[in-house]
Amino acid sequence: MSKKQKGQTRVCVYPDWCKGCGLCVAFCPAKVLVLNAFGKAEVAHEDECINCGFCELHCPDFAIAIKPRTRNGAAQPDPRSGWSDPENEHGRASPPVRTAEPNPNPEE
Amino acid sequence: MADVTQLIHDYLRHNKKFPHVFCAGCGHGIVLGSLIRSVHALGLPKDDVVLVAGIGCSGRMAVYVDFNTVHTTHGRALTFATGIKMANPKLKVICVMGDGDALSIGGNHLIHAARRNIGVTALILNNHIYGMTGGQCSSATPQGDISMTTPFGSLEKAFDIADMCKAAGASYVARGTSFHAIQLDRLISTAIMHPGFSVVEVFSPCPTQYGRKNKFRNAVDMYKWLKSNTVKVETLKDPDQKPADGRIPIGVFRDVEEPGLEERYFELQRKLMGQNR
Ligand SMILES: Cc1ncc(C[n+]2csc(CCOP(=O)(O)OP(=O)(O)O)c2C)c(N)n1
Ligand code: SF4
Ligand code: SF4
Ligand code: SF4
Ligand SMILES: [Mg+2]
Repeated sequence: MSKKQKGQTRVCVYPDWCKGCGLCVAFCPAKVLVLNAFGKAEVAHEDECINCGFCELHCPDFAIAIKPRTRNGAAQPDPRSGWSDPENEHGRASPPVRTAEPNPNPEE
Repeated sequence: MADVTQLIHDYLRHNKKFPHVFCAGCGHGIVLGSLIRSVHALGLPKDDVVLVAGIGCSGRMAVYVDFNTVHTTHGRALTFATGIKMANPKLKVICVMGDGDALSIGGNHLIHAARRNIGVTALILNNHIYGMTGGQCSSATPQGDISMTTPFGSLEKAFDIADMCKAAGASYVARGTSFHAIQLDRLISTAIMHPGFSVVEVFSPCPTQYGRKNKFRNAVDMYKWLKSNTVKVETLKDPDQKPADGRIPIGVFRDVEEPGLEERYFELQRKLMGQNR
């Protein structure tokens, strides 16, 4: 885990996936997050984030991501197509675009 | 930590409906994340991993993750897993079951899988309740606890899953929780690489069916409880003795190297074929 230095990260919540369980809000050691009026996690004090990783490891819905800051600032994540970020700061090729295959089992 | 969530998304089946069906704060989602991180950390190709699941909220895990997956019948996941491992021992077979699945309806399969020491990993998501069907008492519901079918408190003692699996002969037995995610990653990856039958019991909160009836105001309270009511087994003076303060030991309870059933079987096959030549 990285050094406990503030202000190095972008904290991204993906509201469509967040169910507002409040785990990240309650356990974040730097009190970065709050639950908003819609009952979803919202970033309130991003500069306080110490990149401890708790929220990412514990979000039961994979709805929160901590990313390093870039010059432009990281864009809001979209889990369906990979995170969209203009700088692609991990040096990774763009995430594969997932085409939705027809679901063989429609109840799921 | 930058890639943790991205990594999980890389293993999900994005043609399924998301967010997944688990309730807000359900521990099963955290276990799914931990399983994905463990497989990734071991560098296993997705196609070398088979996830066999029973029926229950826990069983839904198999729907969402892009390994080879089999969603079997209630209580019988271990029987499918045994067949898969015997047919193709190169596969890493992980069997995900709820407490009801593994201990109540499927208890017989669990003890015999342990006795045979078949090279399968049993991931038992213990939420102390039948979550999916509306909160009936399971054989892992602690004595005195309220469920839909025990409105005045359960009169029966609960199974200690780790103790039972140890007694039945499993060669790797561990317990973790959805709160202790980093430890859980380690327990699951060690279990996957373990040669014989490995069991990882995970205390995984069910706020909807168990928490509400048992004085937990919300999901967060259940995780706080896990935080303060568990103790690392390696810090205990006598690991075989239950802590007097009632805390739940977590960690590895047994880790011995014994060849799995599939290895013994292929050993025998080699021997017999050599004799006939
Ligand atoms: C043979 C059979 N009996 C009963 C059921 C009904 N049933 C579905 S899930 C379940 C219990 C689930 O409890 P558990 O295994 O603890 O999983 P959880 O939902 O708590 O994760 C039962 C009894 C069934 N599907 N099949
Ligand atoms: S832990 Fe995840 S689902 Fe729960 S409130 Fe935070 S972002 Fe939302
Ligand atoms: S990484 Fe740690 S400090 Fe940063 S938002 Fe998440 S829980 Fe809070
Ligand atoms: S009923 Fe319980 S186990 Fe099932 S998804 Fe909801 S919280 Fe999880
Ligand atoms: Mg259960």
